[in-house]
Amino acid sequence: MTNHWVDIKNANLIVVMGGNAAEAHPVGFRWAIEAKTRNKAKLIVIDPRFTRTASVADFYAPIRTGTDITLLSGVIRYLLETGKYNKEYTLAYTNAALLVNPDFAFEDGLFSGYNAEKRSYDKSTWSYQLDEQGFAKRDDTLADPRCVINLLKAHVARYTPEMVETICGTPKAAFQKICEYIAETGAADKTTSFLYALGWTQHSIGAQNIRTMAMIQLLLGNMGMAGGGVNALRGHSNIQGLTDIGLLSTSLPGYLTMPSEKEPTLEAYLSKYTAKPLADGQMNYWQNYPKFFVSLMKAMWGDKATADNGWGYDLLPKWDKGYDVLQYFEMMHAGKVNGYFCQGFNPVASFPNKNKVVASLSRLKYLVIMDPLATETSTFWKNHGEQNDVSTADIKTEVFRLPTTCFAEEDGAIVNSGRWLQWHWKGADAPGEALTDPEILAGIFLKLKAMYAKEGGKFPDAIQSLSWSYLDPHEPKPEELSKELNGRALADLPDPKNPGQFLAKKGEQLPGFAALQDDGSTASGCWIFAGSWTQAGNQMARRDNSDPSGLGNTPGWSWAWPANRRILYNRASCRPDGTPWDKARTLIKWNGEKWVGIDVPDFKADEPPGSPMGPFIMQTEGLGRLFALDKMAEGPFPEHYEPFETPLGTNPLHPKVISNPAARLFKTDKEQLGGHEAFPYAATTYRLTEHFHYWTKHARLNAIMQPEQFVEIGEELAAEKGIVHGDTVKVSSKRGYIKAKAVVTKRIKALNVNGKKVHHVGIPIHWGFEGVAKKGFIANTLTPFVGDANTQTPEFKSFLVNVEKA
Amino acid sequence: MQVNRRQFFKLCAGGMAGSTIAALGFMPEKALADVRNYKLLRATETRNTCPYCSVGCGILMYSLGDGAKNAKSEIFHIEGDPDHPVNRGALCPKGAGLVDFIHSPNRLKHPEVREAGSNEWKRISWEEAFERIARHMKADRDANFVEKNADGVTVNRWLTTGFLAASASSNEAGWLTHKFTRSLGMLAVDNQARV
Ligand code: SF4
Repeated sequence: MTNHWVDIKNANLIVVMGGNAAEAHPVGFRWAIEAKTRNKAKLIVIDPRFTRTASVADFYAPIRTGTDITLLSGVIRYLLETGKYNKEYTLAYTNAALLVNPDFAFEDGLFSGYNAEKRSYDKSTWSYQLDEQGFAKRDDTLADPRCVINLLKAHVARYTPEMVETICGTPKAAFQKICEYIAETGAADKTTSFLYALGWTQHSIGAQNIRTMAMIQLLLGNMGMAGGGVNALRGHSNIQGLTDIGLLSTSLPGYLTMPSEKEPTLEAYLSKYTAKPLADGQMNYWQNYPKFFVSLMKAMWGDKATADNGWGYDLLPKWDKGYDVLQYFEMMHAGKVNGYFCQGFNPVASFPNKNKVVASLSRLKYLVIMDPLATETSTFWKNHGEQNDVSTADIKTEVFRLPTTCFAEEDGAIVNSGRWLQWHWKGADAPGEALTDPEILAGIFLKLKAMYAKEGGKFPDAIQSLSWSYLDPHEPKPEELSKELNGRALADLPDPKNPGQFLAKKGEQLPGFAALQDDGSTASGCWIFAGSWTQAGNQMARRDNSDPSGLGNTPGWSWAWPANRRILYNRASCRPDGTPWDKARTLIKWNGEKWVGIDVPDFKADEPPGSPMGPFIMQTEGLGRLFALDKMAEGPFPEHYEPFETPLGTNPLHPKVISNPAARLFKTDKEQLGGHEAFPYAATTYRLTEHFHYWTKHARLNAIMQPEQFVEIGEELAAEKGIVHGDTVKVSSKRGYIKAKAVVTKRIKALNVNGKKVHHVGIPIHWGFEGVAKKGFIANTLTPFVGDANTQTPEFKSFLVNVEKA
Repeated sequence: MQVNRRQFFKLCAGGMAGSTIAALGFMPEKALADVRNYKLLRATETRNTCPYCSVGCGILMYSLGDGAKNAKSEIFHIEGDPDHPVNRGALCPKGAGLVDFIHSPNRLKHPEVREAGSNEWKRISWEEAFERIARHMKADRDANFVEKNADGVTVNRWLTTGFLAASASSNEAGWLTHKFTRSLGMLAVDNQARV
């Protein structure tokens, strides 16, 4: 979230799409209800099902799964045609006026530069026109046809209300109402907050779903505003934090990139990622990349990172391609992987095409499970009849199952969707012999380190160089690790602005990331967490809930990254001249010398209003991007592509390019895609309010509330198939089948799409063959093994099934 | 931060007038003295965060056990933290069942191994678990570590063992996981963010 949970109460319009907050984020959703009561806000829901969120909405419209870009592009078209958007904001704070490369083009579903064989783009034309200084050219009159906004207008012109109805099945009149609701918040003093979750991300076009919405937020002038922003309601309690720490194949902590083999030296690497400005007078914050990276290397390798060895650059692995989970299970399936660790993660239940996942794990030599619970992944080798029909004796994988503590039995911080790092405290002892994750990692690591010291082996350098200065090496303490993440001064750091003063003295915790250096005099494990554990102590443990502004900003409660800032891009809450767009939600203001306010200003503190510096300080041109340059895999503008399993079998916009042309699809998985003839129904998976993922089926109270697996189908489909409420049905895809009770409901209605009737089948995910709830099938037996072209997030939300009475 | 419930009530006694208990029509002192204190007298209250969804609701955990050496402390009740700015004391049906998650009969208690082809678990010691896992890792790493790619560029990567990191473990566990995996040269590191 660029904003945070309580801030939702400041919105004038709440659009829930690609999520079902009332059910999946129930307590956070109370702030949407607060907006309704306190702010007279409207709540609208766009979803294939009439959800629990829809039941308290002012307006609900149905949509076919996987077609959100079409509907949102239709909204953009409406805003641009009617002029009901914040024009001053758009001109000043987005790249609307910038000129695009004359060779950039879009034709018949493809952008310029497509390579069909590689299924990827040469993105060199997805760029600005540059002047002699290398800065992007702009035309503030917007007369030039190559202005971003003119190209955008032309791009979305195809998304007429008729096209929206044809592709989405959303009736034209309902679509018109949605447009009107959203356009009302184009006024400078009104905001929309979009609440979305995995219903937008889990598509082969997931990242572009979100991008289309973000473009609407820019046009409406909602980025940086209280009650606005882009608000991902993340799925798990600390998935934000573990992403912040870079636990992804090609990431490093703080959104730095893991070096690849294309950057053989530190110089090549730093010059690639140290951003150069694309406009004059910009903050261009990524110009500080070397400070973040060198400080990370000092945290990793300690004294072993020196200027002479490029701060230990060779100690880091270099990638040739991303090893995301889809890629890695494909390799495992092909027998190219020997060992795998699952830490608090249950891939047999969580990954698509469960049968492929089980077959892949069966080819490992060893599997290590670290978990508080007995997961399906830990017992994938056991035969559970139809639910897991394996031949145990043939599975040669050695499986180690190591019990870990759970939240209640350890100290530490987790990061909620609003980027708050909240420290928590241990309240009970671990059951049996369970250990914390750090203790287990230390146990294995110290064994390995000793083996390498004694016996030698391949490249022991990085193992022996890893900084491990914990008081008890076998038991790294949360406080020690947390202080490492924040970082400390390795030498006295003179304050350049105040001679004789210091930013920090040697050995002190750093006050924030502004103190980081690129000369090895600072260490910090994650630069965006700098400021979380300072000389003043653990900022994440703060529990002052006062809200001086009344806007819900509680700056003394825990600590938010970055720099305890609660609303990102908040400079954009003011006009270029420094006056707020809406006085009632003033976040920061210029006091004649510097920016001050109820939030930490997201801007250069002493940069006066009226300067050319743009509010989006992480961007090289300082502007919000309606045109994404080369940052997305499938195009700088969003385009509708059908799910890989489409009930239409075509794309009404361009029949030759049906699905995402840049998405990766492995050969064996392509063969496992089903067609709409054999599998005629559009299926989508989702969560219930009584359960959390595959965890709460192990908890009695939750198992009592929702004991048994079911699927939801509409009355019309049920009648066609002779299914009545409570029947057991078999739901099958090309990849396998599940059996569950049928809930026949009015909440799912058939849609008329492209001249045909499309039924949806709703599949809650929470059951499996382990737990205290009734045993069930893994819902992901059905889902396809194909992911988004940017993130490789699997397409759990849009695939095809057949339904029969079992 | 472990606030003894008795101290907490003493501190808050004045402020309790506006709370739900008062709203229900009880005299706070009476209600506390006669009912709540009876059970909570011996309880320790600890602040934590719901580990399920990303709302990050604050919770108060009540445990028995006074921290004495041989007394295991155990949580018997969990409720929403009324001071928390987001949830203000509320929990959803997921969070309301948290105490049953902690005490699930399916909590793992001992290291175990399932040998190749076997149909059962065998209990082992931590020492044996660490030793055997490290042996597997070293054998695989020494056999398959890639120091240089085909073009002679130093790559120092290990692709034949991968690591799937958690989604609810703390930042601190995540940071140590990062150090652990990257120092071994692992690139197949991923978390639930994608899934
Ligand atoms: S109590 Fe419910 S809403 Fe709150 S964090 Fe837990 S799961 Fe999310």
